[in-house]
Amino acid sequence: MSIAHATRTAAATAAAEARPPVVEARRLTLVYQTPDAPVTALSDIDLTIRKGDFVSLIGPSGCGKTTLMRVIADLERPTGGTVTVNGGTPEQARLDRSYGYVFQAPALYPWRSIERNVMLPLEIMGMSKAERQARAKRYLDLVGLSGFARKFPWQLSGGMQQRASIARAMSFEPELLLMDEPFGALDEITRDKLNLHLLRLWAQTGLTVVFVTHSIPEAVFLSSRVVVMSPRPGRIVEVIDSDLPRDRDLEARETPAFLEIAHRVRMALREGHSYD
Amino acid sequence: MTAAAIPAATRRAVPRWLAEGRALPVAAVLAVLLVVWYAASVWLNEPQSREQLDRAGAPWTAADLVAHAWSMERPVLPAPHQIGVELYESVLNRPIDSRRSLVYHAQVTLSATLAGFAIGVALGILLAIGIVHLRTLDRSLMPWIIASQTIPILAIAPMVVVVLGNLGFTGLLPKAVISGYLSFFPVTIGMVKGLRSPDPLQLDLMRTYSADRAQVFAKLRWPAAVGFLFPSLKVAIALALVGAIVAELPTGAQAGLGARLLTGSYYGQTVQIWAALLMASFLAMLVVGAVGLAERAAVRLRGGRL
Repeated sequence: MSIAHATRTAAATAAAEARPPVVEARRLTLVYQTPDAPVTALSDIDLTIRKGDFVSLIGPSGCGKTTLMRVIADLERPTGGTVTVNGGTPEQARLDRSYGYVFQAPALYPWRSIERNVMLPLEIMGMSKAERQARAKRYLDLVGLSGFARKFPWQLSGGMQQRASIARAMSFEPELLLMDEPFGALDEITRDKLNLHLLRLWAQTGLTVVFVTHSIPEAVFLSSRVVVMSPRPGRIVEVIDSDLPRDRDLEARETPAFLEIAHRVRMALREGHSYD
Repeated sequence: MTAAAIPAATRRAVPRWLAEGRALPVAAVLAVLLVVWYAASVWLNEPQSREQLDRAGAPWTAADLVAHAWSMERPVLPAPHQIGVELYESVLNRPIDSRRSLVYHAQVTLSATLAGFAIGVALGILLAIGIVHLRTLDRSLMPWIIASQTIPILAIAPMVVVVLGNLGFTGLLPKAVISGYLSFFPVTIGMVKGLRSPDPLQLDLMRTYSADRAQVFAKLRWPAAVGFLFPSLKVAIALALVGAIVAELPTGAQAGLGARLLTGSYYGQTVQIWAALLMASFLAMLVVGAVGLAERAAVRLRGGRL
């Protein structure tokens, strides 16, 4: 590694530390009680996610990446350690509606049109009708679905449905976006397109994003930091910072810098696997 | 003649709507049914007819026997055309408010059916909401609900009438209560299933919005249950009609299709009984059809799928 590169990384790290933490986990542990034996889903997780980070959680199935995200979202309760979201408990963050969650499946309500699906959280949060319509329009435009507001979910392709679910998660403008393998079920071409979309959104809005994936190129392409996890028990093997520019395009995936980071992620994943 | 000409000719002989629609199969079944019915009516009425022809003294042929079997005043099984004539007479040739008009009786039964259906649906939905939301009700109520349906309605109906009569309720209400008693069950079962149908992801989504129970109900559970509601409603309204007719039997009701069946059987008026039965099934088609129309409207409101 060149000296110039090391200095740049150090500078980036210093800048990062100035930003306030959004998620902080300390010795976070989660053990499920099952009939035969307790299962350790998360073990001693230490992780800080700062404002404006794009953090990918990557690892093989069963490494607890989804569980970690569900803990942050207060959909699961940890059995040990601490976790704070925006300085408070995850429950408080959930009650404050401070995050948007995008699930593996679009989870659109089939009886609602696309537009009314996007309005769902706004209705629950008690926004006026005019505001709901304005926001639905804005965010459907943002994900490129402006012509499909009146369609029903089953009339849209899988990729479009997932875009609608992203619009729904962003419609109430949370500062934290939790995305659980949102593009896992999509074909490569659609996935590329949505990745670019998401990067642009992130670059424009200064969102904090936590993104679960098991694709190395996707993780490296999207993230400012890649958290490599390993299974049995679910733990963090390595955290890899990426200094790719914020406004990268698909060609960035062929640059030496990209390939080097991807290589480090792959090595870390392999190291995680050597335990079993 | 070319090969292509054959299907063209066939198409002309049987119009497309007839060949592809349901009219032809339905008509075929009806025709078979009528043939069987006429035959059965000869078979069942034959002993009586033979006796009556013998008593008349004059010699008779097989044709006389068949003609007599199809035109008796109190046959064991009336021929279809006899029922048709009776239906025509009692529907179209009587003043609608006359006690001899089937329209009058049908209307009495229909109002009890609709009132009972309303009671049954309201009760059924309330019970389902309670069962889905309160653990205590979930554990305690279901066995009672199932037990309630194992008791023969004919055994309970007179008691309901007596109790409600003592409280000063007569006429429509006791019938509606009995009819509601039958019809709440499918609604409860369907709605419990429907209200529980949202998948974990859809429920998690509501949790991430920190939606309260009322919002989860209004925006997720209820709309998800609507697809389960309509099949239940179709069963429920048919049961409500059965309940209303059954309720008219032991209550000594003066009006209604059940009362008509009862007087018919007092006086051995089999033709009248069958006419009332047919009227009841027309009524059933009407009310089930109405629920079907409501279902279609709901489907259209949701862009073509429930």
